[in-house]
Amino acid sequence: MSSAPDFLVHEENDSVGVIVVEDVTTGQELTGWIMDNDATISITVLDDIPLGHKLALNDIKDGDDVIKYGEHIGRAVADIGKGRHLHVHNLKTKKW
Amino acid sequence: MTNNTFWGYRRENGRVGIRNHVVILPLDDLSNSSCEAVANNIKGTLALPHHYGRLQFGEDLELHFRTLIGTGANPNVAAVVVIGIEPGWTQRVVDGIAKTGKPVQGFSIEGNGDINTIAAASRVAKDYLQQASELRREECSLGELWVSHKCGESDTTSGIGSNPTVGNFVDKTDAMGVTNCFGETSEITGAEHLCKERAISPEVGEKWYATWKAYMDDVIEPNKTSDLSESQPTKGNIAGGLTTIEEKALGNLQKIGKTTKYIDVLTPAEEPVKGPGLYFMDTSSAAAECVTLQAAAGFVVHTFPTGQGNIIGNPIEPVIKLTANPKTVRTMGEHVDLDVSGILRREMNMDEAGDALLDIVIRTCNGRLTAAEALGHREFVMTKLYRSA
Repeated sequence: MSSAPDFLVHEENDSVGVIVVEDVTTGQELTGWIMDNDATISITVLDDIPLGHKLALNDIKDGDDVIKYGEHIGRAVADIGKGRHLHVHNLKTKKW
Repeated sequence: MTNNTFWGYRRENGRVGIRNHVVILPLDDLSNSSCEAVANNIKGTLALPHHYGRLQFGEDLELHFRTLIGTGANPNVAAVVVIGIEPGWTQRVVDGIAKTGKPVQGFSIEGNGDINTIAAASRVAKDYLQQASELRREECSLGELWVSHKCGESDTTSGIGSNPTVGNFVDKTDAMGVTNCFGETSEITGAEHLCKERAISPEVGEKWYATWKAYMDDVIEPNKTSDLSESQPTKGNIAGGLTTIEEKALGNLQKIGKTTKYIDVLTPAEEPVKGPGLYFMDTSSAAAECVTLQAAAGFVVHTFPTGQGNIIGNPIEPVIKLTANPKTVRTMGEHVDLDVSGILRREMNMDEAGDALLDIVIRTCNGRLTAAEALGHREFVMTKLYRSA
């Protein structure tokens, strides 16, 4: 694939992707590029998500670790369905 | 396109600068007014007003002196006039800067008053400025270049694009013998296990971990609040899509590249002495505080990746902004020196982005003004360790 992706994923096993285009709206079919292994995936987005914000790549349960860069970036504080907006309302640091 | 040399000013001690400032340096807050008056009299000199220098003690006072002396000693500075309220501490700063061999002279206000001090200091500043104006750039090797790095108003595009671009630059220039520096102690929290592993040796890794842990124990633990009161991450970080300190730290650490190992851990404003290589400096993650400390350690040019659009500059060390956020390029492009948003569209790969950064760094070293210089950003902020006596 060489066309511009709608979202990027750092590592193959990450549970989130980053929206890299503006004006993503609910119901859109998005194309994502996994930078680590150069794979392409597609997901139907279930929220309006701003540029730079994240979407869940699979169903994440309340209390689960969220993975980005292949590392923990915090803990889900609510169930987050695949394709939903993942942000400070449903993800919390484990550090402070 | 780029070669491995740049045009710099070789100073008396052999170090190479890329700017040729004559600095009017206040010892303390009380002397800001006189310094600004001298800089107003002698056009082309640069006053560096700041807020501190009275009744400090212990390590906090040592850091104050190290920052002022280091700022004057920075090779981007040709000559320095120091003004303080009294002669003792003023002379301490003069003596520290004089070790570089560059022209420096001190003036004190007690017993003279502002007006006589300003007159005497202005005459010396005029001579220094005219002497500096006759200095010429010479061709220097990239191995003589000291480059510092710090990101700000980061968002998720920083971790994807602009920070890895700096990382690519660090990996490439480390092999060329450039001296690089990163810092931001608090902002490695969540990636501390990865940072510790990037040390050149287990001993240096332990030194780094002890520095990070001391900050956590001494500053964070007694004072911490939820998300550090919207400071880690910041409101801007969160607006840009970052959620937690862990996510921010993992993006931050992209700046040290994939292979480069850091060779030593510096205290704030400490000059590196182990030769070319990558150094970590114990700094705040606040942009102006961090860059001021790096400049005081002798770094002459700075790369500053941003997501949401931090606009910081430094009076003596040019700050080069890069961003991968297309919205930031569109809405505040006057602050952006290098647009790497093509990474997000897969139009630009990391190797090309790193080359583009090297190119703009060399052009900046050769004399190109950064966006922050053109816009007049001169944030000079002293780090304070604790309350004065």
